[in-house]
Amino acid sequence: MNIAAASEVLASIWTVWAVMVFAGIAYWAWRPANRRRFEQDARIPLDDGQ
Amino acid sequence: MSSQAAALPKPRYVEDVIRAAIVLCIFWGVAAFTVGVVIAAQLVWPQLSFDSEHLTFGRLRPLHTSAAIFAFGGTALIGTAFHVVQRTCRARLFGGAPLGWFVLLGYQFFIVIAATGYLLGITQSKEYAEPEWYADLWLTIVWVAYLVAYLGTVLKREEPHIYVANWFYLAFIITIAMLHIVNNLAIPVSITGSKSYSAWAGVQDAMIQWWYGHNAVGFFLTAAFLGMMYYYIPKAANRPIYSYRLSIVHFWSLVFLYIWAGPHHLHYTSLPDWAQTLGMVFSVMLWMPSWGGMINGLMTLSGAWEKLRTDPGLRFSVTAVGFYGMATFEGPVMSIKAVNSLSHYTDWTIGHVHSGALGWVAFIVFGTLYYLVPRMWNRPAMWSTRLIGWHYWIATIGIVLYITAMWVSGIMQGLMWRAYDELGFLQYSFVETVAAMKPFYMIRLLGGVFFLSGALIMVYNVWRTVRGQSEAAATLRPAIAA
Repeated sequence: MNIAAASEVLASIWTVWAVMVFAGIAYWAWRPANRRRFEQDARIPLDDGQ
Repeated sequence: MSSQAAALPKPRYVEDVIRAAIVLCIFWGVAAFTVGVVIAAQLVWPQLSFDSEHLTFGRLRPLHTSAAIFAFGGTALIGTAFHVVQRTCRARLFGGAPLGWFVLLGYQFFIVIAATGYLLGITQSKEYAEPEWYADLWLTIVWVAYLVAYLGTVLKREEPHIYVANWFYLAFIITIAMLHIVNNLAIPVSITGSKSYSAWAGVQDAMIQWWYGHNAVGFFLTAAFLGMMYYYIPKAANRPIYSYRLSIVHFWSLVFLYIWAGPHHLHYTSLPDWAQTLGMVFSVMLWMPSWGGMINGLMTLSGAWEKLRTDPGLRFSVTAVGFYGMATFEGPVMSIKAVNSLSHYTDWTIGHVHSGALGWVAFIVFGTLYYLVPRMWNRPAMWSTRLIGWHYWIATIGIVLYITAMWVSGIMQGLMWRAYDELGFLQYSFVETVAAMKPFYMIRLLGGVFFLSGALIMVYNVWRTVRGQSEAAATLRPAIAA
């Protein structure tokens, strides 16, 4: 397999991988179990006592 | 609340560097707006270059763009990054004050050697990457120190979670390092001379330049200032961000999409067609996360909209988010090839850039400064809330004059360039299109003068705030506690 063909295959794999990682992040962000911790994390700037 | 950090022997956070950054940022802002007004006037009256090579539009224009983006914007980002990372990590800046000073002053030195070079005609001729090799090398050293200070603080944090504003600042620092190094790879002609030749050539050079250029927009002018939004709007409004989950998706979708959008600067060039289309598609997709972020910033005020009436500093920040939404809608529209064939190389592009630079970047900085200055100098409030209101309205009118003038002139310019008569000849000579733009150049100049005047009001207000609050307490209504 020459470099051009290999890079085409790798580009496709990379695209699929990137989409999967992004889907994973979106799932993590909207998972109901994480709701409370993100509500607490949002208060970090406000809870510095100043 | 009443006990001040100043009374403690060793303050918890490094703050001198932040105070210096605020002062320098304001200085560079006024400098950038002034040069902008000068070159806007030169477009109306070209004789204002006074037959001096040093004062030609071609040399002053990069002075204006670099002063606005890198000096004003960059100094604001260094100062606020150090403020935000220490507060949200509950940790003192890594490397302490010495490393902080090195980053801030080293960056100022970069600005000065770059800017003086422009006036002497020393340039790589790459837009937004004009500084020559010696300035680029120095900036690389400073930037690595910036990354070390920032990342070091994040790593030694006492707060378990890394607050989302830090993600945006960190993405900005890392991505700018990558863009800066790759786009500026060059071989100097001699070690004592300023001239160098780029490692890139032809269409690859063009693509790398606009991969750099658009991601400088994406990560310097967007991501970093979003970090500012995600910290200072919740602080000023005293409410958490509307949706923390949306901010996570906002961040990652910007990171995944922005890096591909650069080719839209090269529509209808020798860049391969598929790359142009790819750039267009990713630019259009960027509209979604941008508006997600805008909604997140605006809705933070939900239930507290009255603060916009009472806190004109916060009004700056929130209006900035509105301009962010407007500019990130206009941008994808202009990246569509059919629209770009009309808009490219016209004043429409200049108007678009300024609705982002004046409306988004400068306004979010003004809002942040009005929040930070009283707190960094231990004053109860800005010297005059009324003057913040004056600054707000004068600057807003200035932006509206600027961008509407550039819309009309840009679209007119594009239409005149593509107008044919019945025999297929171009209907207008180039100089006719230039003459037609003159009234709009005057309106733009007026807008710039308004914007500069607003900034000078801010300078006065900041100076009085820093000097002391005693007179204000006697002469003005009590300012609103934030």
